Amino acid sequence: MNEQEKPDQTRRNLLVATSAAGAVAAVGAAVPFVWSMFPSERAKAAGAPVEVDLTKIAPGSMEVIEWRGKPVWVIRRTKEMIDSLKAVTARLTDPESRSSKQPAYAKNETRAQNPEWMVMEGVCTHLGCSPQLKSAEAKAEMGADWPGGFYCPCHGSKFDYAGRVFRGAPAPLNLEVPPYTLAEGKLTIGEDKDKKGA
Amino acid sequence: MGATLRALWGWFDSRMPSVASEWRKHAAEYYAPKNFNFWYFFGALSMLVLGIQIVSGIFLTMNYKPDAALAFASVEYIMRDVPGGWLIRYIHSTGASAFFIVVYLHMFRGLLYGSYKQPRELVWIFGVLIYLTLMGEAFFGYLLPWGQMSYWGAQVIVNLFGTVPLIGPDLALLIRGDYVVSDVTLNRFFALHVIAFPLVLLGLVVAHILALHDVGSNNPDGIEIKKTKGPDGHPLDGIPFHPYYTVKDLMGAVLFIAIFCFIMFFVPEVGGYFLEYNNFIPADPLKTPEHIAPVWYFTPFYSILRAVPPFFNSQFPGVMAMGIATMILFFLPWLDRSPVKSIRYRGVLYKSWLAAFVVVFFILGYLGTENTNVWGQFGFNAFFLDTKDVATWVARVCTVVYFLFFFLMPWYTARDEVKPVPDRVTS
Repeated sequence: MNEQEKPDQTRRNLLVATSAAGAVAAVGAAVPFVWSMFPSERAKAAGAPVEVDLTKIAPGSMEVIEWRGKPVWVIRRTKEMIDSLKAVTARLTDPESRSSKQPAYAKNETRAQNPEWMVMEGVCTHLGCSPQLKSAEAKAEMGADWPGGFYCPCHGSKFDYAGRVFRGAPAPLNLEVPPYTLAEGKLTIGEDKDKKGA
Repeated sequence: MGATLRALWGWFDSRMPSVASEWRKHAAEYYAPKNFNFWYFFGALSMLVLGIQIVSGIFLTMNYKPDAALAFASVEYIMRDVPGGWLIRYIHSTGASAFFIVVYLHMFRGLLYGSYKQPRELVWIFGVLIYLTLMGEAFFGYLLPWGQMSYWGAQVIVNLFGTVPLIGPDLALLIRGDYVVSDVTLNRFFALHVIAFPLVLLGLVVAHILALHDVGSNNPDGIEIKKTKGPDGHPLDGIPFHPYYTVKDLMGAVLFIAIFCFIMFFVPEVGGYFLEYNNFIPADPLKTPEHIAPVWYFTPFYSILRAVPPFFNSQFPGVMAMGIATMILFFLPWLDRSPVKSIRYRGVLYKSWLAAFVVVFFILGYLGTENTNVWGQFGFNAFFLDTKDVATWVARVCTVVYFLFFFLMPWYTARDEVKPVPDRVTS
């Protein structure tokens, strides 16, 4: 190789340095675009607590409330519904809700402050579909041993009246319980006195 | 007149000779094997459908509104009030399913004749990238009508990404741009569907064809025609793509368009498989429809997702199985260790595994459109029965076969008894 064909090392170094700086700038230029894809201030601001009038809910029935764009279920459980919770414990993935998400005041057998009022997010912990209420009468469809609860139409997960998931379903955890406050005839979703519990 | 046109062409050609030279390189003097059969229609047809989708898509965009409050009504407006709007929408919705039909057949052709094998690995990889991009494109487009299936389909698919350990929740947030699927999500899916992904798709198609034309086309015998050249330097078993295959593909296109038009005019919904009935109900974030299933072209993978039970309180294994089921395609050229390419010279092992693969792909596809209780329940209890749904267990068996087809491929292709391959193409 003669003298002229050898690369000029100074120029080569400058070339490499310029390319590296250019690459860094190109990555930097991507930042605002990716940044713009995260939730906007408006999306973050939407999330105020919701009040529910409990006097209109009949025993055994369920009301669907929208909170933060998600369905929240309020179920007035009858004595039979509460009793069915004990019978199914052996068939559940997380009967004591150890891994599941709920405020401290709902981490009990009935997953509620007051066993009569079940409040939970109607969002399947598998992939976010909203399960459907299937009463104990739906045995023809749900199998002879169906105690009543919820069925997710997307991937077939089953839950009891406390939102606890049955084994053999793709959902890994019990339905989430949002923070809430129960007062005389009134429920406030998204707000509780014990902020630490949420 | 003729002289004027020739002079005009001469003027053009002397200033931009690459038009003529590219035409020669990719059509008039691109020598393709003379023994292409039925299976070789689907590459050209994929390009035709891509064209149909781009044109019909442009005209849909003129009347569609990417706004959660307006989207559903704007689609109804297209269907009822825009002159010919219903036709343009049915062209686009039929085209979406047709795209996957021709692409699946095109990919199956690759499996039949070993078109992914050396030296065509890059052609195959670009093809798999096209397939994945197409899945993304279809998914984004499906949200746009803002019906119940649009909404809940998007909810499920975005949450698939949310199950990835560590980065999952933030990733789902980044895709949605909100804490739930909302107007923000619709707006960005619109952007991705009408501009970002189509551009990527076009680029990949160019790369796919360039890579193919560099190495040359495979054929039903899996013989390299470039090995036997005539005195003119062209393969003896090759014929120029134009006019021989342009004419053949044109005939395929005529037949294809006839079938396409029949579906479009008479059965555009195809019994709920091309257009799902629940999507004629506006999106309701509070209520998932009774029966939810993706459009047919995603159902084999959806079945795999549903078949895998959760491990360690996480649904990620199912999501990962679904991801691997598609990603494994990239590795096909290296999993196949057979000395021959075409099914014509392969032994009974590969033929059996390929047949099993096709069968389970169809079963998984069918089960994905149905509820898990479609085939009833087992009438007995057993310690291993975490679910009694027969269909779930069938899907599990099929999922295992699906993966074994790929994972055992290095083994069964290497020890298969192959037939001798002739030097020249047969028919």
